[in-house]
Amino acid sequence: MSPVINLPFGTPAAGADGTAAAPPPLSIHGLTVGYGRQPVLWGVDYQVPAASLVAIVGPNGAGKSTLIKAVLGLLPLASGSVRFWGEPLRAERRRVGYVPQRGSVDWDFPVSVEEVVTMGRYGMLGWLRPVARRHRQAALACLEQVGMAEFAGRQISQLSGGQQQRVFLARALAQESDLYFMDEPFAGVDAATETALVEVMRRLKAEGRTVVVVHHDLSTVPEYFDDVLLLNGRVVAAGPVSDAFTNENLQRAYGGRLTLLDDVAQALSRLDRKGVS
Amino acid sequence: MTSLGGSGITWPSVPEVVAVLLLQGGYNTTVVMVGVTLLGIAAGTVGTFAVLRKRAMMSDTMSHATLPGIGLAFLAAVALGAEGRSLPVLLGGAAVAGVVGVAVVHGIARHTRLPEDAAMGAVLSVFFGLGFVVLSYIQTLGTGAEGGISKFIYGQTAAMSARDAITIAAVAVGVVVATLLLFKEFRLVCFDPEFAEVQGWPVSAIDLLMMGLVVVVTVIGLQAVGLILIIALVIIPAAAARFWTDRLWLMTVIAAGFGAVSGYVGAALSALMERFPAGGIIVLVAGALFVISLFFAPGRGVLAGSARLLRLRLEVEAQHVLRGVFEQTEARGAPLTTPVSTDALAFAGTWSAPWRTAVLMFLWARGLIARPSTPLTLTDTGAAEAWRQTRSHRLWEAYFARHVAIAPGRVNRLADMAEHVLDPGIVARLEEQLARDGRLPMPGGLARPVRE
Repeated sequence: MSPVINLPFGTPAAGADGTAAAPPPLSIHGLTVGYGRQPVLWGVDYQVPAASLVAIVGPNGAGKSTLIKAVLGLLPLASGSVRFWGEPLRAERRRVGYVPQRGSVDWDFPVSVEEVVTMGRYGMLGWLRPVARRHRQAALACLEQVGMAEFAGRQISQLSGGQQQRVFLARALAQESDLYFMDEPFAGVDAATETALVEVMRRLKAEGRTVVVVHHDLSTVPEYFDDVLLLNGRVVAAGPVSDAFTNENLQRAYGGRLTLLDDVAQALSRLDRKGVS
Repeated sequence: MTSLGGSGITWPSVPEVVAVLLLQGGYNTTVVMVGVTLLGIAAGTVGTFAVLRKRAMMSDTMSHATLPGIGLAFLAAVALGAEGRSLPVLLGGAAVAGVVGVAVVHGIARHTRLPEDAAMGAVLSVFFGLGFVVLSYIQTLGTGAEGGISKFIYGQTAAMSARDAITIAAVAVGVVVATLLLFKEFRLVCFDPEFAEVQGWPVSAIDLLMMGLVVVVTVIGLQAVGLILIIALVIIPAAAARFWTDRLWLMTVIAAGFGAVSGYVGAALSALMERFPAGGIIVLVAGALFVISLFFAPGRGVLAGSARLLRLRLEVEAQHVLRGVFEQTEARGAPLTTPVSTDALAFAGTWSAPWRTAVLMFLWARGLIARPSTPLTLTDTGAAEAWRQTRSHRLWEAYFARHVAIAPGRVNRLADMAEHVLDPGIVARLEEQLARDGRLPMPGGLARPVRE
């Protein structure tokens, strides 16, 4: 990937006057989140480098989705602060895109694929304003990018899991954000969708955007991502994949749960991947 | 009118019903019918979003919670020396009590571990009970007002004045306009509230607006339909509309239409049958529309669903037959178009006679077999299909035998040909393996050594 010089969207807030380096797209300080009395995440500190692909990995219940939701203001913080390009979320909402978990919505809802993708543009529209033609066209262009243009008129209940995921991806693309959060986008998708997802992520990165992904497939982390955040209730390790994604750190994050069975499953899926690609 | 054998109930004659339905029932009846029809349109429109946001029970709780508000507003007005039966006062009390009821449910669900439906059940019955106690107390005052108040419970179109009806009509139009203006926001919040939140939309405020419109419809519907059943007019048309379409705007239009028909026909009938509560009649009309939708709607209706299931079963069975014929001819080393008796197909032994006929007719209607009778002779189309199906089946089998871990549930084996879903490299490897085992199907039948 060539280094990025021209950022097509957004100008760095502090870098413009040349006095300071641009603040990172996302910086988290001392973030603690809990449901009820028991914290799920303790004191998370992490800075997301600009124009990078970041994987959040960790065992089940490690707080991966919780972290994303807390950062996006969907869950109240017990303590800590979150800054986007040095600003609170309120100030930079337009530059933040989101791909929720597929299971978080009712796929029998009476809307078409195109209508769902167009929802990505709603943030650019004001109250009561109808969706203009150019926004619908932008939505169609995003559907095209994920190979779903022919499904535009379909009702969403007629889609397969992978197609649903690509619709959500297209909706996020329609947001034209600079920083994306994706919650388990690779979960239970077919090979074609996985390829489409990776392609889109790499294109976003080439355009100077940043993508933070909750990921469950350890075997693909080095191939797909630049940076990794290993979580298990707290940050176990964070940084460039080459530094942080070590066997030792994985053992620390997963503890005894990374058992022989998981090793076998991973070996198998690596084998299969070789056959596919 | 004709009297029914001493029951004291008079049933309207057909000409009377027709006259009222054609708006010939006199000025007041006509205005009331128009008002209730518009109420139905507003209820159906708002109801679409209440149903999609899964707020049906919450709406019902709210409407039942209006009762003590009506009674207390009456007492307060009387205490202040005002006219207790003044409509704005009573409806104002109803609205406040309804909103308080919803707020209490929210408070309980938020601050305790009680599930929301338990909170709604508790609030609904406690508020309703309080309402009855207050009404009983008003009765003991002997002001003669209790009759005027109890009509809010069951609804009574006959008692509505033309002025009431015009007010209802105006507010109903306002509700519809507000819903249409907020269509985009409502759709977003109903479908994916978290995404809306990330985009910066005030989801709670939008939810509140949605519920607020339900409250408005409830309050203006109290006179005509009554507080027990008004929510039925909100929910049932929308629920019925869902059977007919997968488009939100069309669902909204159909729900509004069903609401309108319920209001129109219900108000007409109740104008002729004063002894029946109007709310009951209006909701029964809505219920009839629901039952019709439930069974007969194409696509999502029960009958259409059964037909689809039958078709799916036939398709699966047809695939079995085609593969069975392929395997039989393969075993005999004969061409694919050789006649094969259904007795040779092991699975056909479990067929009932009607099912056997259905399967054979299905295959024949699709041009896959030459005659709908045994022995089966595949047509050229049938032979090609049998080869395709057998090949795909064996590829999938070979694939799953080696790659069970890879989401087998994601594949629709009926529709997805292996070569369309799997990577070409994998298909090539699987084919090699099948060929080695002598199980690779060839067009027109097996050209390979017969496997023992």
